[in-house]
Amino acid sequence: MKAPSFAYAKPRSLEEAFDLLERPGAKILAGGQSLVPSLNMRLSSPELLVDITGISSLAGIQVGRTFRIGALVTHAQIERSAEIRKQVPLLAEAAAHIAHPAIRNRGTLGGSLALADPAAEYPACALALNATLVLLGRKGERRVPAGSFFKGLFETDLRTGELLAAVEFPRVERSAFLELARRQGDYAIIGLAGVADGSGRRIAFLGAGATPVLAKGASAASSLEQALKALGNDIDPPADLYHSSATKLHLAKVLLSRAWNTLSKPH
Amino acid sequence: MEHAVETTLTVNGIEVTRRIEPRRNLVDFLREELGLTGSHVGCEHGVCGACTVRVDGEIVRGCLMLAVQANGCKVETIEGLSDSGELARLQKAFHDRNALQCGFCTPAMLMAARDLQLKNPKASREEIRTHLSGNYCRCTGYQAIVDAIEDVLHG
Ligand SMILES: Cc1cc2nc3c(=O)[nH]c(=O)nc-3n(C[C@H](O)[C@H](O)[C@H](O)COP(=O)(O)OP(=O)(O)OC[C@H]3O[C@@H](n4cnc5c(N)ncnc54)[C@H](O)[C@@H]3O)c2cc1C
Ligand code: FES
Ligand code: FES
Repeated sequence: MKAPSFAYAKPRSLEEAFDLLERPGAKILAGGQSLVPSLNMRLSSPELLVDITGISSLAGIQVGRTFRIGALVTHAQIERSAEIRKQVPLLAEAAAHIAHPAIRNRGTLGGSLALADPAAEYPACALALNATLVLLGRKGERRVPAGSFFKGLFETDLRTGELLAAVEFPRVERSAFLELARRQGDYAIIGLAGVADGSGRRIAFLGAGATPVLAKGASAASSLEQALKALGNDIDPPADLYHSSATKLHLAKVLLSRAWNTLSKPH
Repeated sequence: MEHAVETTLTVNGIEVTRRIEPRRNLVDFLREELGLTGSHVGCEHGVCGACTVRVDGEIVRGCLMLAVQANGCKVETIEGLSDSGELARLQKAFHDRNALQCGFCTPAMLMAARDLQLKNPKASREEIRTHLSGNYCRCTGYQAIVDAIEDVLHG
């Protein structure tokens, strides 16, 4: 189908963007790789698209104490960045699972997190890494940990008029990203994003609930056997068209077993 | 055309300026306003890959980019890449290997294959399949397409 009619504006500054976002029916457009399909299928009918891709302060990767990745950084840039591959390899590994090259060339980190699809890769990575999301509005900045950002199915802590500006990730070199999908590039049936450092393990699952889910029991377990037992209490994955909840839990256990050694080597 | 936006882009080396409705996606603009019908339209939601075009050197889904977003961009289509000879080897290999039947997917397959050739010229069979995973073909069963690309990369 064809998209409904809407107006389009491309602000050059945050100030201009905040003005535009106050207009009725305004919606942010970033890479368009989720929004444009929903327009084409007429699932969404905004009056004004505010294309934020011209705001340079939302782009780029800054390396300091943490890794600050701008909301506009694309999946392809994350996949190719040598810095990210070395210092936050979880993200680089996850990016390669997102859709296909032509979609990764336009889809953005900020768009994926703001959309909060529970089967998407980055939300689970952000949760495992305990990333900080930097939200900007006319009233200023709010810094929200990933654990409080994802509120429900496609629902986040973003308020009207606010945008996601950047995400700060800690450096964590030891990580595992695994997912099962029917075909390369499909959304995952179930997936695992796990990291480990001196303070312990953090293992999150995608496709396992209405939001990405941190498997607290499994993360804290001292053996794989214990972890597999704990996982049954940590997650209760919803069935989809092809897989029952029990199948998904079984597959989650398979992934946990595969990731366990990587996440358990002595520090 | 109540919301039309003046947009200037370069298409296959030629600068064009048009007033474009924001709802018009890039592939429809290329096909309907410029008559460049080599890029095809299948699913219109990013799944089939038939609409693949190159924007500023990177392949994108023509159905998932608004034409107004291409303002200031360099757009290349199958027509441009074919005329310049950039795809000649791939086109010959597709012909030799019978890598098309109805041809609907072929322009986009060639765009994706060329992208792989530029980025990873020694790609393995598995990597070829992964790179083309977003391009559907309902006729060939893919085998012949992978064969053709392998011939060019390793020939
Ligand atoms: C065929 C296909 C397969 C896909 N497969 C996968 C997959 O396997 N895994 C996966 O994770 N994704 C997948 N995607 C989605 C893709 O990753 C999108 O790029 C991503 O979900 C959204 O990013 P975007 O920049 O394109 O956002 P857009 O589509 O532009 O926007 C998405 C939503 O986020 C809002 N938004 C965007 N940026 C911001 C911001 N900075 N602040 C606040 N709100 C914002 C928009 O208003 C909109 O509601 C797939 C897409 C397609 C078409
Ligand atoms: S028409 Fe664009 S991906 Fe199918
Ligand atoms: S040749 Fe018919 S779809 Fe590929």
